[in-house]
Amino acid sequence: MDRPQTNNATDPPLVSVRQLHVTFGRQEVLRNVTLEVPRGQTLAVIGESGCGKTVLMKSLIGLVQPSRGQVRFDQQDLATLSEQELTRTRVRMGYVFQNAALFDSMTVGQNVAFPLRQHSRLGPAEIERLVMRRLAEVGLPDAVVAKRPAELSGGMRKRVGLARALIMEPELVLYDEPTTGLDPIVADVINELILRTRRTYPVTSIVVTHDMRTARKVADRVVMIYPASRLEPGESQIIFDGPPSELDRTDDRRVLQFVRGEAGERLMEMRLAAEALE
Amino acid sequence: MASAADNLDEPAGEDRSQPALANWVADWGEVVMDGVVNVGDMTLFAWRTFQWMLTRLPRKETLLPNFYQVGVLSLPVVALTGTFIGMVLAVQSYSQFSQLGLETQLGAVINVTLVRELGPVLAATMLAGRVGSAMAAELGTMRVTEQIDALASMGANPIHYLVVPRFLACLFLIPTLTVMADFMGVVGGYFYSVGILGIDKHHYWYNSEMYVDGYDLFSGIFKSLFFGAAIAVVSCYRGFNCTPGAEGVGRAATAAFVYSFVLILVIDLSLDILIDAFRNAVWQRRASLF
Repeated sequence: MDRPQTNNATDPPLVSVRQLHVTFGRQEVLRNVTLEVPRGQTLAVIGESGCGKTVLMKSLIGLVQPSRGQVRFDQQDLATLSEQELTRTRVRMGYVFQNAALFDSMTVGQNVAFPLRQHSRLGPAEIERLVMRRLAEVGLPDAVVAKRPAELSGGMRKRVGLARALIMEPELVLYDEPTTGLDPIVADVINELILRTRRTYPVTSIVVTHDMRTARKVADRVVMIYPASRLEPGESQIIFDGPPSELDRTDDRRVLQFVRGEAGERLMEMRLAAEALE
Repeated sequence: MASAADNLDEPAGEDRSQPALANWVADWGEVVMDGVVNVGDMTLFAWRTFQWMLTRLPRKETLLPNFYQVGVLSLPVVALTGTFIGMVLAVQSYSQFSQLGLETQLGAVINVTLVRELGPVLAATMLAGRVGSAMAAELGTMRVTEQIDALASMGANPIHYLVVPRFLACLFLIPTLTVMADFMGVVGGYFYSVGILGIDKHHYWYNSEMYVDGYDLFSGIFKSLFFGAAIAVVSCYRGFNCTPGAEGVGRAATAAFVYSFVLILVIDLSLDILIDAFRNAVWQRRASLF
């Protein structure tokens, strides 16, 4: 697949988010988020649970509609695309879901082959060859192809999800909590796979995670999102934007607390809440 | 503008009653708004299903499993229900008709009731219970486990891929199920009336032929098409809008059956009125039983 392989400063960003607001009912999840991701970059989006990381990812692929603001992919505003155009755009993206989201009515092979069956005119033999190649790339044996997702471990499911997301050779890969719930060794295998994917294919990647090892290992740049409900009025929801090496040098106490895994004032809040109940 | 100090002088009783009334009105307003939003949302869902159905037919491998699930696997339960309802009608009608010496009219009563009302309504009810709830639970689970999002993220439209095959299966196979319920009901009614109650079979069939015509059969099958469409739309909509968790999936399955059943009854009444009005407008009234 032909595509630009490097990110020049003058190139337009592959992903551009401008003043994005997402509200569910009365709950404000994303407030005024502005972000640009150049081609070829691996961006880690970190933040505590419930801060809106997954909602941001789903906004990038058009699964969540913004209340206000714009999401642009390759300079196209997703909100202005027709259903057919959005479908064509989504084929250029791959999404690795937090729990893999494999179709449990299909085998592993059918899951990985699904995008090819939907969008290509390849014959069954060619599809099977590509499926086996992708499964081998993520380190899964041939025997897994006939299994159902329920028969696989968490790490294997994530790898099948990754193989499925990569089968169409997307320009953008979105990883939603790729290492959550995995033991440290399998988590490191997944991190290596993310790095290897980037080396093999010139993809742009966005990795949502609260695992600092993943963020430090795979990302060129880290963005930290803070829950909208905890922000001061008018404050940006992105409280850190820089290379991973800067994470420990920032002056922002909230970033340092997250990076070091310190509960800080949350413990006091819990204590006060418990006292209020008594 | 009234100050806080002014408010302190107001009688306490008035203060309490006004918020209570306002809350009551607000609660009812919210219920009505939710209802209107749900109806509008479901109508849009049905419209998008219809649009996708006309745009592109689903692939054979997504259609056939749904046709098998809705049609083939529902046949035994629909046949069994039809048979027993035919026999129950014979039991119930016989005790009334025998007092008037009109036992031989049982064939007419049983068969008219079956082909016009009970056959289509029971087939639809069984379909709503057996298939509608399963659809809502399956799609609800897919929603909760992000499989529907995964479909969309891979450039497959979830309505086209998941809803249209189920809609077509319900729409095209419910007439077959209705005919099966009718047939088995007629057989069950005949078996009980002639074989057990000893009614003369010649008169049983003669009266059936006199009072049951093609229009009765057609009206039952015609209604069943609407029942099938309603079951598919309601069940898929409930599954697509399932709330997270096991409780959400259970609630979606229950709601799919309850709403489908209510809708079947509403559609049945509305179409009965229209079908009778059409018949009376175009043809003479048919022969009356009495």
